[in-house]
Amino acid sequence: MAVYPAPGSSESSVAVKPRYDNWIAGEWTPPANGQYFDNPTPVTGAVYTQVARGTADDVEKALDAAWAAFPAWGKTSVGERAGILLKIADRIEANLEDLAVIESWDNGKPIRESLAADLPLAIDHLRYFAGAARAQEGGISQVDEDTVAYHFHEPLGVVGQIIPWNFPILMAIWKLAPALAAGNCVVLKPAEQTPVSILHLVELVADLLPAGVLNVVNGFGVEAGKPLASSSRIRKIAFTGETTTGRLILQYASQNLIPTTLELGGKSPNIFFADVMAEHDAFQDKALEGFTMFALNQGEVCTCPSRALIERPIYDDFLELGAIRTKAVRQGDPLDTDTMIGAQASNDQLEKILSYIEFGKGEGARLVTGGERAMLGGDLNGGFYVQPTIFEGHNKMRLFQEEIFGPVLSVTSFDGYDDAMSIANDTLYGLGAGVWSRNGTTAYRAGREIQAGRVWTNCYHAYPAHAAFGGYKASGIGRENHKMMLDHYQQTKNLLVSYSDQAQGFF
Amino acid sequence: MAGPLTQVERVAITPEAADVVRRLRATHGPLMFHQSGGCCDGSAPMCYPRGDFIVGDDDVLLGLVDDAHPGAPSPAHTAGTPIPDDFSPVWISGPQFALWEHTQLLLDVVPGRGAGFSLEAPEGVRFLTRSRVFDDAERAWLDACPAPRGRDIS
Repeated sequence: MAVYPAPGSSESSVAVKPRYDNWIAGEWTPPANGQYFDNPTPVTGAVYTQVARGTADDVEKALDAAWAAFPAWGKTSVGERAGILLKIADRIEANLEDLAVIESWDNGKPIRESLAADLPLAIDHLRYFAGAARAQEGGISQVDEDTVAYHFHEPLGVVGQIIPWNFPILMAIWKLAPALAAGNCVVLKPAEQTPVSILHLVELVADLLPAGVLNVVNGFGVEAGKPLASSSRIRKIAFTGETTTGRLILQYASQNLIPTTLELGGKSPNIFFADVMAEHDAFQDKALEGFTMFALNQGEVCTCPSRALIERPIYDDFLELGAIRTKAVRQGDPLDTDTMIGAQASNDQLEKILSYIEFGKGEGARLVTGGERAMLGGDLNGGFYVQPTIFEGHNKMRLFQEEIFGPVLSVTSFDGYDDAMSIANDTLYGLGAGVWSRNGTTAYRAGREIQAGRVWTNCYHAYPAHAAFGGYKASGIGRENHKMMLDHYQQTKNLLVSYSDQAQGFF
Repeated sequence: MAGPLTQVERVAITPEAADVVRRLRATHGPLMFHQSGGCCDGSAPMCYPRGDFIVGDDDVLLGLVDDAHPGAPSPAHTAGTPIPDDFSPVWISGPQFALWEHTQLLLDVVPGRGAGFSLEAPEGVRFLTRSRVFDDAERAWLDACPAPRGRDIS
């Protein structure tokens, strides 16, 4: 066990600035209106720094810098860009511990996850897209003996990216790695709840990227995100968030006729067929861990497996074991390496989760475990902690239909395969799902029948770079990860070339 | 079943939230709400300058919020008439309404910093939707008075 000292304290290797500016054209740039907002840590609720409150003027300045950088950056060889991404990955790896600490401090997630998942995955994504970009090839079609269609990949230009607060560094890298690999320049807006770790990252790699290729404008959605998303000077907008803002972003994109990728969340079913209990073995243990995955990252994951569907013959036994596993999730100081569940990212998130827990009781769901705010003593009492919570109910309840984005699981039973599919697909969303069975045929058929972009089969919450991620239905448009993501950041240039000297014969 | 009921509100507002709405309206002009769904700040109400967000034909008007009289019954809306500037319409998508219609929404406000483009975030507060389940008598009243859709509102 180790407890990392708080960033900014004399014992910590992580220094905290009293103020963070915007990062524009390769340097710290104060906000045009001179305003800053207080930035608290969810670990204790205390304000520990201030961050630039950017506005439309700052977005314009960042767009100027990005467009100034684009002509040169867009023409660098793919080998050169890949080399830079690899260097960024190496630099992050060399500073992994410090970045993990500031990530946990700004977001509230347990350091165990930042060290073992967020940062290593960010590094791997950069390396993956460095490789994928170099391996990508355009296509050639021979139309006839003398006519050839050549297809080239070209960058879009300057793109806008709006980052969520649940995995601040990793979600930024998910969007940045393919955009930069494809030769685009970026104006990025971090979430106002969690801006600081990304700013540490950009400063760390500042010497590796030409000025203006990556610009970061901080601020509130309405003041900085909206001018970015609605700007006629971006060639694409990528957003992760919720449905109403997703619709608004599509509305702006329609006015500018630009492509959009949206990731808007889900209400992912995690389905346990009866055969998971056939043996008391390692697989059963893995399935119980899969059940408990709803508590990962405090439930603040778009693919949180927040609906557990358990086949009736094993329902009571499996739920009992699952509840025991959930009660063993150790809650505590996010900077303690033994902590498994930390703080929710903000006070309003805490309040929303608690209101849902109260509402769930009123809607008739039965509380199995948890159900309270967790008070952990000392300074942590000012932080935003919720006990891992399990409810039993039925799929028509709002607890089963809305992403609470907290460590709250809704459990119900099903009778046979068809009932499982019916319940699983009875949702507005389709981002993730889990299927657990010892029978490969059952698992395969279920995976194909569930209307979701990612179906984890006998696993959950793995996010390798080369597996496509994205939603069906109201969960969004487009994909992230996988080399196909490069397409979302590229134009296709077709040269249709005739090598014949003969007139075409029309006139 | 209880006796005859007067108007049942699909949406109401707390006095604290009404104060914030009143302040925002003084700054930004007429407002609207759209109840979000999905991840991150999903399940939270988004507050926009009226007209910023294009209401879809299938969106459902839950009610009008009168920030000057938060405890009073919601102003009635007559189909075909414009919504007055000092009332804030509260909308939800059609498919989400189908899953939420058994519940009353109460717009409240808490300290916080929601994302999305909602207007109140820079003030250090965040609107929050609290909910309760309607009883049978309320449901019967509501079933008899279906909520208007975007296509019904001029």
